[in-house]
Amino acid sequence: MTLVTSPARLLLALLCLAVTSGAAGAEEMRGTGDLGIVIERTAGSVQIIETSERTSLDRIEGLGDLSHASAVFSRDGRYAFVFGRDGGLSKLDLLTRRLVKRVLQAGNSIGGAISQDGTLIAVSNYEPGGVRIFDTETLAPVADIPAIYGSNGARSKVVGLVDAPGDRFVFSLYDAGEIWIADVSQPDKPAITKFADVGQQPYDGLITPDGRTYIAGLFGEDGLAMLDLWRPEAGVRRLLDGYGRGEEKLPVYKMPHLEGWARAGDRIFLPAVGRHELLVLNAVTFSEIGRIPVHGQPVFAVARPDGRQVWVNFAHPLNDTVQIIDTQSLEIVQALQPGKGVMHLEFTPRGENVWISVRDADRVDVYDTDSFERIGSIQADKPSGIFLTARANRIGL
Amino acid sequence: MLAAALILTASTASAAPLGSERQAALLYLLRQDCGSCHGSTMGGGLAPPLLPQSLAETPDDALIAAILDGRPGTPMPPWRFEINPNEAAWMVRQLKGGLAE
Repeated sequence: MTLVTSPARLLLALLCLAVTSGAAGAEEMRGTGDLGIVIERTAGSVQIIETSERTSLDRIEGLGDLSHASAVFSRDGRYAFVFGRDGGLSKLDLLTRRLVKRVLQAGNSIGGAISQDGTLIAVSNYEPGGVRIFDTETLAPVADIPAIYGSNGARSKVVGLVDAPGDRFVFSLYDAGEIWIADVSQPDKPAITKFADVGQQPYDGLITPDGRTYIAGLFGEDGLAMLDLWRPEAGVRRLLDGYGRGEEKLPVYKMPHLEGWARAGDRIFLPAVGRHELLVLNAVTFSEIGRIPVHGQPVFAVARPDGRQVWVNFAHPLNDTVQIIDTQSLEIVQALQPGKGVMHLEFTPRGENVWISVRDADRVDVYDTDSFERIGSIQADKPSGIFLTARANRIGL
Repeated sequence: MLAAALILTASTASAAPLGSERQAALLYLLRQDCGSCHGSTMGGGLAPPLLPQSLAETPDDALIAAILDGRPGTPMPPWRFEINPNEAAWMVRQLKGGLAE
């Protein structure tokens, strides 16, 4: 210890000591670009992870029912907004590693989005069916959009909510078979444009990285509904109509997800519904190029950020496997068996690693995407979604 | 078809007890896999809630049939490939009684 000669220097020395020994490391100066969160669905907690050393930094508890939870990030990458199944909306500070605020905004919800300018959070709700909008700073309610359809005032569950350029949110009404655009230029008075009869039971939606094209997957029929947000007046167009060719569907033991969908070069890869196939579309014309038979009902089909590979996981009871497809040859080049209950996969921003949650093994594993070797692992309690802060800077994520 | 109906009736009338390991596996399945649509606390999701109050009016046989053979026209798939009628009956009793936390 150096000789302390003045009260000011004593104070300085104490401060230094406090910084270096800070237990949670909250005082440490650092960016958030290599941080993320892992949802622990049963425990109602999240772990804060960092992808440089591939470790878990901390755990935040008390977030309620996180089965099927997802998250978005503030534009500065500091805060995560977690959407719980029980309608909970939680704001987490990744630097101080604390729960900043939590509101119960509905009875049952499925996901959310953050606005282009980062000032608004929108949550899609099953009960009561609709979208609610909140201030990102305070989580104070800003607007309510009940998903009322038909003539008898029924409310629809809302799915596939994404942000779009021009202060817009786009989402689908599962029970109504509609797609709505909410323009929130005036946040407390959303202007709604509705598209009816888009197809039966839209179950999820995606938006292309340029924010131009919204696509809803349909559960109730073979096909997809596409909306060109540059030309909404042209209406909703059907893609891959009748892709099942009338064959009987296989049972679906877990709904596929379109978020994290894969675009690789001029091709788009999407999970089929009720078929053990990936659908391959031309990314310009949206016509079918082909299909790839895979191990089971695909759940996520996610492109490595460079677009060279697509990684796919599967529904129960085939959820112990991940297949990797080469996007040039359209062939399965590798199959991994991380363990039972592979729930989600998330690439590091430049794609050298992928994080894979293995629910039944209580682990999140990290793989090198070139060698397919497992290079790291963290313990987690029934992990599901993995969300890295790079999402903060991407349209639709 | 007749045989299936007989088995179903027999199983609901006098269900053989399930081993504790199988019970634990079925509860895990309920929370984790049924839970992906019905909510892990059975409060509902894309699929309806499976709470005691939401199931009270529905006869056991209808619920057992829904588990075993799915519900056509909805996303509910058939589970007969890994759940037998006796086990489905046990699951219905668990759900109607409320899953312990």
